Amino acid sequence: MKRTVFRNRWLPYLLVLPQVVVTLVFFFWPAFGSLRLALYRTSPFGDRLIFAGLDNYTRLLGSGEYLQSAVNSFVFAFGVTFGGLTASLGLAVLANQKIRGLAIYRTALLWPYGIAPAVAGIIWLFIFHPAYGVLPYVLAAVGSFQFNWLLEGWVAMLMLITAAVWKQLGYNIAFFLAGLQSIPTSVLEAAQVDGADPVRRFWRVVFPLLSPITFFLFVLNMVFSFFETFGLVHAVTQGGPGHATEILVYKAYNDGFVNQQLGTSAAQSVILMVVVIGLTMLQFRYAEKRVTY
Amino acid sequence: MAYPTRVLGPVLVAALLLVGSRPAAAKTELSWWHGNTGAIGDRIAEIAKKFNDSQADYEVKPTYKGSYPETLAALIAAYRSKTQPHMALIFEVGTQTMLASGAVVPVFQLMKEQGVSIEGADFIAPVKSYYSKDGQLYSMPFASSTAILYYNKDMFRKAGLDPNKAPATFDEIEAASKKIIAANASKCAFSHAWPSWTMVEQMHAWHDQPFADQDNGFKGFATQLRVNGEFGVKLWDTLARWQKAGLYTYGGRTNKAEPMFTGGQCAIQVTSSAFMGAVMRDAKFEWGTGRLPRLGGYGQGNSIIGGTTLWVMKGHKPFEHRGMAQFLKFLGDDDLQAWWHQVTGYLPISQSAVKRLEAEGWFKKHPNHFTAFDQISSGKTTANSQGIRIGNYQGVRDTLEAELEEMLAGKKTAKQGLDDAVKKGSELLKEFASLYK
Repeated sequence: MKRTVFRNRWLPYLLVLPQVVVTLVFFFWPAFGSLRLALYRTSPFGDRLIFAGLDNYTRLLGSGEYLQSAVNSFVFAFGVTFGGLTASLGLAVLANQKIRGLAIYRTALLWPYGIAPAVAGIIWLFIFHPAYGVLPYVLAAVGSFQFNWLLEGWVAMLMLITAAVWKQLGYNIAFFLAGLQSIPTSVLEAAQVDGADPVRRFWRVVFPLLSPITFFLFVLNMVFSFFETFGLVHAVTQGGPGHATEILVYKAYNDGFVNQQLGTSAAQSVILMVVVIGLTMLQFRYAEKRVTY
Repeated sequence: MAYPTRVLGPVLVAALLLVGSRPAAAKTELSWWHGNTGAIGDRIAEIAKKFNDSQADYEVKPTYKGSYPETLAALIAAYRSKTQPHMALIFEVGTQTMLASGAVVPVFQLMKEQGVSIEGADFIAPVKSYYSKDGQLYSMPFASSTAILYYNKDMFRKAGLDPNKAPATFDEIEAASKKIIAANASKCAFSHAWPSWTMVEQMHAWHDQPFADQDNGFKGFATQLRVNGEFGVKLWDTLARWQKAGLYTYGGRTNKAEPMFTGGQCAIQVTSSAFMGAVMRDAKFEWGTGRLPRLGGYGQGNSIIGGTTLWVMKGHKPFEHRGMAQFLKFLGDDDLQAWWHQVTGYLPISQSAVKRLEAEGWFKKHPNHFTAFDQISSGKTTANSQGIRIGNYQGVRDTLEAELEEMLAGKKTAKQGLDDAVKKGSELLKEFASLYK
């Protein structure tokens, strides 16, 4: 590790100053605002401000709907993470073969990442929608199978997970590919000489060597599905049917901006903040220790 | 060459003053926020242009701020940071929030202060009562709609039904739907948009049943929903039964179901009268309209209104107040009101505008445009049918719609769903009321 030595004592601080200012203004200031607001109950226009202490939190944790939305969030996050990592690892392994037209496949695989979550959702909506979707149309033509996801919670959830997995595919594949290509061929050749077939080679050699990348992607996908999927839910299901797809980040928005209950909404943001801090700490503590290199 | 600062300073200041000051003839800007896109958004821009061309002092600038709830959220955020617009069009759901906010200049007060009267101030009763407090008008009625029934005449013919007779009761809808499905005239017979608005709020008012306590919040802050009575349960039971029998297709929240009617997928749809503009433009079939269906054995109330009204925000200068009063007078003008109704399908909201339309023979030529007005002016105004004035209204709507979806998915009975909605919805009402104790 080479340490950079600055002649001027203040120069390093000056260089990081812009980033610090941005973080303070756009992260710490609003975060403290939320912390404060979560202790109050306010009227929409702010003409009434009633100190509520920890009331907002106790009410949240005692409300069935909030717990339901926490469960939804975890189902969604694990669905997106495991579904996404499995699919992208499989595709990355395929894209790592020596085949003709590889560049085209690789580019095509990265495409979906360039799409905004809301747009990804709308694309899948056009496939699933009971009134104008392609899938129900095809299903109705093939058999008499009727399905209206507007009423079936699990179908709506599955659709959101699919859309999110598809959107994240490119990103995950890019990392897995980089990981696969950094595996020394000598190790693989040694395994081959020892008589391991391709499947065994993958599970015994490649997969363990990929574990740092896998873990990194696991945390990143968790964070993505917890926090960056608001646009997706907002565009496709608005949390319905019932409350089946109301995930934490959507509920915080809905309670705050649609129902104008800023105190409750701020308390929800604080809880989300704790979750993301937890995930980040997990990343830093275990990424270095528990993962084999 | 260098000028000494003694000279340069004043010169710069003078130059800046010249740049910054506007010519005396410049118009004063009045901002006007709204939540309408498409055809209605274009008409709003057209109204502003008409007003701007009609006088030399003021320039009304309409701005689209997203959906109705987003517009209200934007207005609240702006007010909190003291950058509120002069005027905003807010949906009826936000009425109680606006009334309680202390952030508005009541319309009656503005007009009195400016000594301006509105020509079309003889607003029809349902509209006037919805936006008045203690008999005084608080916001300017603008785009008011109500719910009516639309039906596809081609499908009715195909099913052997009389295409010139809209089904008037739930029993008639059921009989017609059975025929439509049996004749394979359509896969979807009955549908509706705005689930809570059409299948809970409107239906309770229409059958003279209470929606919430305190006369639906008109007497004081409501704290208790009342929708789980015998009537509500019977209505939802009917929907659940129809759904099982394949006579009814649930099309989602807000207006998501509307394309199912214009696209020719559903034979019957209950939705807003302001949907008519889109039907006239998009429907490739013959269609008709009728009043909201009745459920046998219950009283006669009235349908209630939805849509937006214009609120005047606090914190603006007297000269701007003068301009806003002039703009409101302009909006209340009979010609404008009649034109607005004709191009959008919103209700003609003043008696004098209605008289003008009748004199022109408009309703005779366009019977579908008469349905909503005919319905709302023939109903009975009771404590249950003057409207709904509650805080956290959007939250209550979400709650009712979520419960309806749970019931239709077979997870709950009608009674359970409504009981749960009342329990959760009443919490939201109490929450709002406690802020203003």
